[in-house]
Amino acid sequence: MFTTSIVRAAALSLVLLSSAARAENVLRWASQGDAMTMDSHSQNEGQTRTFAQQVEDALINRKPDLTKVPGLAVSWKLVDPKTWEFKLRAGVKFHDGRAFTADDVVFSFKRALMPTSDLKDLISSVSDIVAVDPLTVRILTKAPDPILLDEITNIFIMSRGWSEEHKVAVPQNYNGGEETYAVRHKNGTGPFKLDLREPDVRTVMVKNPDWWGLKDEPHNIDRIIYTPIKNPATRVAALLSGELDFLLDPPVQDIARIESSGMFKIERAVSPWTIFFGMNSGRVELASSSVKGKNPFADIRVRRAMNMAIDVNSITQRIMRGFAQPAGNLVPPGVHGYDKSIDTHLAFDADGAKKLLAEAGYPNGFDVRLDCPNDRYLNDEPICQAAVGMLARIGVKATLDLKPRTLHFPKVQTKQTDFYMYGWGTDTTDAHNHLYFLAAPESVSNATQYTDKTLFDLINAMAVEIDPAKRDLLIKDASTRLRDAYSYIPLYHPEIAWATRKGVTVPITLDNLPHFAYARFGN
Amino acid sequence: MARHLLRRLIQAAAVMILAALVAFLLFNYVGDPVSNMLGQEASRESREALRDQLGLNDSFIVQFARFAGHAVEGDFGISYRLQRPVAALIVERLPATVELVLASALFAVVLGVGLGIFTAIRRESWISRVILAVSLVGVSLPTFVIGIGLIYLFAVTLGWLPSFGRGDVVAVGWWSTGLVTASGLKALILPAVTLGLFQMTFILRLVRAEMLDVLGADFIRTARAMGLTERMINMKYALKNAGLPVITIIGLKLGELIAFSIVTETVFQWPGMGLLFIQAVSFADIPIMAAYLFMVAFVFVAINLIVDLLYVALDPRLRGRAA
Amino acid sequence: MSDAPLTTPGTLWPRFRRSKIAVGATMVTAIIVLGGLLAPLLASQNPFDPAALDLSNSLIPPLWRAGGDARFLLGSDDQGRDMLSALLYGSRISLIVGIASVIFAAVLGVAVGLVAGYRGGWLDTLAMRLADVQLTIPAILIALMVDGLARAALPPATHDAVAIYVLIFSIGIADWPQYARVVRAATAVQKTLGYVSAARVMGVPAPIIVLRHILPNVLTSVMVLATLGLALAIISEATLSFLGVGMPPTAPSLGTLIRIGNNFLFSGEWWITLFPSLTLVILALAVNMLGDWLRDALNPKLR
Repeated sequence: MFTTSIVRAAALSLVLLSSAARAENVLRWASQGDAMTMDSHSQNEGQTRTFAQQVEDALINRKPDLTKVPGLAVSWKLVDPKTWEFKLRAGVKFHDGRAFTADDVVFSFKRALMPTSDLKDLISSVSDIVAVDPLTVRILTKAPDPILLDEITNIFIMSRGWSEEHKVAVPQNYNGGEETYAVRHKNGTGPFKLDLREPDVRTVMVKNPDWWGLKDEPHNIDRIIYTPIKNPATRVAALLSGELDFLLDPPVQDIARIESSGMFKIERAVSPWTIFFGMNSGRVELASSSVKGKNPFADIRVRRAMNMAIDVNSITQRIMRGFAQPAGNLVPPGVHGYDKSIDTHLAFDADGAKKLLAEAGYPNGFDVRLDCPNDRYLNDEPICQAAVGMLARIGVKATLDLKPRTLHFPKVQTKQTDFYMYGWGTDTTDAHNHLYFLAAPESVSNATQYTDKTLFDLINAMAVEIDPAKRDLLIKDASTRLRDAYSYIPLYHPEIAWATRKGVTVPITLDNLPHFAYARFGN
Repeated sequence: MARHLLRRLIQAAAVMILAALVAFLLFNYVGDPVSNMLGQEASRESREALRDQLGLNDSFIVQFARFAGHAVEGDFGISYRLQRPVAALIVERLPATVELVLASALFAVVLGVGLGIFTAIRRESWISRVILAVSLVGVSLPTFVIGIGLIYLFAVTLGWLPSFGRGDVVAVGWWSTGLVTASGLKALILPAVTLGLFQMTFILRLVRAEMLDVLGADFIRTARAMGLTERMINMKYALKNAGLPVITIIGLKLGELIAFSIVTETVFQWPGMGLLFIQAVSFADIPIMAAYLFMVAFVFVAINLIVDLLYVALDPRLRGRAA
Repeated sequence: MSDAPLTTPGTLWPRFRRSKIAVGATMVTAIIVLGGLLAPLLASQNPFDPAALDLSNSLIPPLWRAGGDARFLLGSDDQGRDMLSALLYGSRISLIVGIASVIFAAVLGVAVGLVAGYRGGWLDTLAMRLADVQLTIPAILIALMVDGLARAALPPATHDAVAIYVLIFSIGIADWPQYARVVRAATAVQKTLGYVSAARVMGVPAPIIVLRHILPNVLTSVMVLATLGLALAIISEATLSFLGVGMPPTAPSLGTLIRIGNNFLFSGEWWITLFPSLTLVILALAVNMLGDWLRDALNPKLR
């Protein structure tokens, strides 16, 4: 009896499933690492944000070319130099049916400003947010903020009622290892609803037929299935054997093969990202080095030598196979304030680097641990290995500690690292975002602990400077100053290369975070 | 027989207690659970509060008893990495592993016994020799090399079968099955063959050796002399007598399939317990490791007990002794 | 398993010379072992020394392909590592781990087996029950568990440095019960034989009886087990390294090389994965064949 009913149930669901599958446009995609959490305020990380922007909206959204478009706000104006007023979209509903109002905006911004939020620094200029009426909010800033509109594209709006009902009014404490309802559930106003979330296995989203933006972007994606596939060969095999429609990160060594199959399109673009190494120069001594009583990285000659020892051209040509541009500066192309003339890496010169090390008192080099992720950036592992080899040639004995991103990032964010790989992609398309997060002492993303008051003054000044010409000068001064401190070793600006099956279009987004509301089946 | 059974039961209980002890030691003494849960920067007071709450200030025996109690109830705490209850994770991943292991066991047994009988009866045929030579290579091929080779051939070059995952799964209660969908069945083929190949060659060689042993025995010679047909002899007497050791070994091999499913699941990104476990090892995610250890120990003990009982049930000599 | 050996090592040689399989397998094994042993002399570079690698030499195909380079007979990998050197050093690590873990398992197992078999009593019961329990759990799982434990217990900075010892211990500890069982059974038989009883009556101390009289008689069985165990140990090491919990990429064994090479399966650089895989399979096959032959020759009953 029991077995027959199981068989019947299975057969029934099989019928349902197969008939549904025929009618539906299912977009199957993969990348190497899963989102860290579904709580979009808890982590400011690429994949986490990709998931957020399918399900949730910000006041102002970004299109694939990163231009700003009205999101949950339909219009905005500056009331006085320190106050922005936003008119909200009427008649919008969250996925659970709750109505969207100004109260949810106030709640979400306050949530994003809480200590456990990873976005609090992004909107640190905000002093208060108030609801004027159910469809109007005002954001007050501590000082005039020229890039506030860019900054708030990162703040996704959650429902107050839903959050309070599920006890997630406070962002998940990720580094403290907390589990909350919001880790696996999401309730937004966006184009897709989160249907199933199995971390590390698969995530399924379904079309939100009531999405307010559907009339402008009438996409025909009914269902999105995401599978994380860590192993690059498995990822390519899955694509080549027709099990995926879209691969976010085809390994660069396999792109030629994917193209030659004739089944896929490869789209390329230089992304506003920089991948780099950071050296912790603020510690009294390095935890992982046998050099005691002093910190080799505190000496600018050592940091300069480290920069000279890394051959970025070899890395971009050999390991990235041309799918990256050598970087000399942390501010990447495609970002306001990018200046090609200062984006040149120190010339590769192992002998010169050795001499500098000797001058600094390390004729035989020193030892240190290099912390690297092995599932975040394309070819992160081989690049770190190659760097260990290059450093060995000037006498610096780096031992490599490869960790998955979920273990690597907390090390950087709690500054428990001496020497680390990291990357920064733009949140605001403005140089301030990069300079602030990578140089400000209070930033969680800066584990160099490098201190230079003049540099911080410049960064703080550009945050409130309204005059564009003066502001551009500040940006140039600050980026030059940060580069010349050599507290970082910029490596490269990666190129994005997306592989999509022919018959499917996923417009390339420069920040490498796909936006499936703009994707289409058919031509 | 009762004494035999009792001894096995006591042994099984001892294994489970030992496994629980190792899991407990792992959980409590490898790394600091308080730091793991609160992070490095937590205050002294909150640390002490959590120590009290977790009962880390109680005596060793009390703590172990509590751990074992929780384990029996299936409560293994929260995964450090995925920040979800371990029991829920295991329940989610269990069906994938069970279906994979059973499918490959089926493959290994059917093909292994079949080819084993064939090579024993037709010892001199060239096909038997080829099969035997290939089986030696099979024993020397690591599982992961087989998996990579099969993916390259059948998924990428020929494009016949999928290279990763379970395909479409259907939920039947809490159990998710890939056995009733076409894509689920297709996705099962390569991993099941990869996992089963090593055991298949092993069973083949075992069945062949046992058959040859039995075929050379006196009573077979007698049967032949009495004019029984070759077919009768092969099927009725030889196979029946060769079957006993084969059943024992197959039972034990089921355990090995579970162990090697870790490798297969890694190669095929099969979302089962093995993949969960290997990721836990590289993350030092101790609650998952402890739970997996406990679970697997339980499965092994169960398999061994069942094999033992089967052995007793099938072997007339053992039954006779009991009577 | 308690049968006395049918063939003694003394009569082994003529039979060995007649067996093509045995001679062939031995030669293949010997070549790989020699290659590993002499790796520092034969290899054109030390693939463990990061300073010896040059990215500008990366991804060179084998000599006989277009773009080959005489310095890199079998080509180079993505880091500019010479594949031939990597194979030599990789086989060396695989063999070191394999042999060391087999010796570890054999010494432990023989010791336990001798003591248990000779003394008997509760010690025997305890040791053999422990062996029974452990035999029910597959070796690879125990090795993974021990490895995972060590990983969690040791500070991360020391992982790479002690990886090889952790591996030897994990694989060795998983394998001792087999030796213990066989040796115990053989010892229990030998103990009852006349010459042992005579020695005992003459007051020869137990350790001397065990070492001088019993041990030599169980060694042949141990040798067969060790040879078959070696193939398994080599595969276990490769499996652990392939899973990423064995040797680190800075000191690659064959398994690590295959794991790295796996990333280049589809990109046309087939030599990075093919050569290590072939070497591993050939080595395991040769050792397996040798073990098989040895078992059949020495004691067809031993399984």
